[in-house]
Amino acid sequence: MSQTRQAAIAGIHEYPLRVAPGVSAMQIKAASLKAALDDAGLKWSDVDGLYDAGDGEGGGGLGLAAYLGLKPRVIDTTQVGGSSYEFHAAHALRDIAAGRVKVAVTTYGSTAASSRIAIGTGGRGGGASWQANMEGAYGSTLISNYAMVKQRHMYQYGTTNEQLAQISVATRKHAMRNPEAVKAMQDLQFVGVNEITVENVLESRMVATPLRLLECCMVSDGGGAAVFVSPEIARDIKKKPVWIIGTGEATKYRENGGDITTSAGAQSGPAAFAQAGVTPSEIDIAMIYDSFTITVATCLEDLGFCKKGEVGQFIGDGHLAFDQPGLTINTDGGGLSSNHPGMRGLFLLLEATRQLRGESTSQVNGAKLAVAHGNGGLLGATHTGGTVVLAAD
Amino acid sequence: MENRPQPHFPEPDTKPFWDGAKEGELRYQTCNSCSAVNFYPTAHCQKCGAGDLAWRVSKGEGTVYTFSVVMQNRIPGFQELGAYAVAYVDLDEGFRMLTNVIVDGNPLEMVKIGQRVKVDFEKQDTGEYPIPIFRPL
Repeated sequence: MSQTRQAAIAGIHEYPLRVAPGVSAMQIKAASLKAALDDAGLKWSDVDGLYDAGDGEGGGGLGLAAYLGLKPRVIDTTQVGGSSYEFHAAHALRDIAAGRVKVAVTTYGSTAASSRIAIGTGGRGGGASWQANMEGAYGSTLISNYAMVKQRHMYQYGTTNEQLAQISVATRKHAMRNPEAVKAMQDLQFVGVNEITVENVLESRMVATPLRLLECCMVSDGGGAAVFVSPEIARDIKKKPVWIIGTGEATKYRENGGDITTSAGAQSGPAAFAQAGVTPSEIDIAMIYDSFTITVATCLEDLGFCKKGEVGQFIGDGHLAFDQPGLTINTDGGGLSSNHPGMRGLFLLLEATRQLRGESTSQVNGAKLAVAHGNGGLLGATHTGGTVVLAAD
Repeated sequence: MENRPQPHFPEPDTKPFWDGAKEGELRYQTCNSCSAVNFYPTAHCQKCGAGDLAWRVSKGEGTVYTFSVVMQNRIPGFQELGAYAVAYVDLDEGFRMLTNVIVDGNPLEMVKIGQRVKVDFEKQDTGEYPIPIFRPL
């Protein structure tokens, strides 16, 4: 199947540290951008498109160009939570295809761990808003919101804790092969920096029923950058380009009578696959936002890797690891075991690119087609889904 | 729990809902144009966009759609509470709200999906608005 090749990922960088005291988010963004441009063999002054989720001290559409010292022709400040970077890839493809940009960049930086931000167990923000006024009184943590999706999924389809634990097990296996992930778990003082079993997951501390600690992502520092370029630029870069061949965007939210077990991915996934001209069964490797096990499970169904309600059977045999036949996920170690500073959508694109270049620490031999699917916000309430289908050169 | 976070005003969409809570009423809206049930409250209908909504009073009875018992949190006021159940409750009139299901006993054993529940307005020491929570019927 021939795909249209109108924009490519040319350079990537993942900031190596997950605990980076004394460094600002803006410094992480700038250092990552320089490294990603070096990875592509491009210059600082080549950048003409700036995509940003507004993270960092004084960043965003007004502040980031000034901090970096860039003069972009297109500024896109899409902020839709952790999937912002899939949206940035989608918008970069659109803008490059339209001829408005040649070298588009997105950067991410966060010091969530060093700043001791309670992402998962803190409450909703205060202040007068339509939504906060309806939800603020109930002590609903972010983790409890995802847990409500897991609870309903288990009730509705018979999905088991054992089946979902396979996601944590496979992801940790990948993390133990990634030196940066191992250092992350050491620096964040994980109890037991080693491969884990289904039993380990089931015996870990309950955080919000039915989600246990080893089903929840870490809170780290970190960041990175990606460089998206036109086909003309892609011809002359240092590494093989990774082509963006399909994208999809969607949002979903609490609705009266709605089905909480279906995410925005049920809309963004089919759109991305249709544009790419491929089917889920052709995908070699899937990077699925693993804020929690249930996020991966729900999104695998919604993207069409299996039918709704059947993910337990689909993953229950443990084949998600890179050395098993069948679909492989999150070969960098994911948010569960490598890197989650708050919005890990960027890392999905970075690891998919490594796989299609043959550079992963858990390489799937001959990987040609990858999907990166980000889920931002709250899976059981307002969230976004961003799907990007990528192809090797 | 008598020191829950209070709603903040001015906030015009949700003010009638909270005025209802003071009266012991669980209020919701329906659209005079398309008949849709509208919740959370807004000035426009979320189905058809029309700005012609009627306020109604729910009987306050519904079913637990899903829930989670929070075992660990860093929310001021909730940290000392012990395990508590956050839930989506589907009211019989057709709207879904985030709330707590409060039981006399261990929520880990006593809260279930499909459970029938009824609203109760919990008076607060630290604010003027009682908070609608749910208890098993």
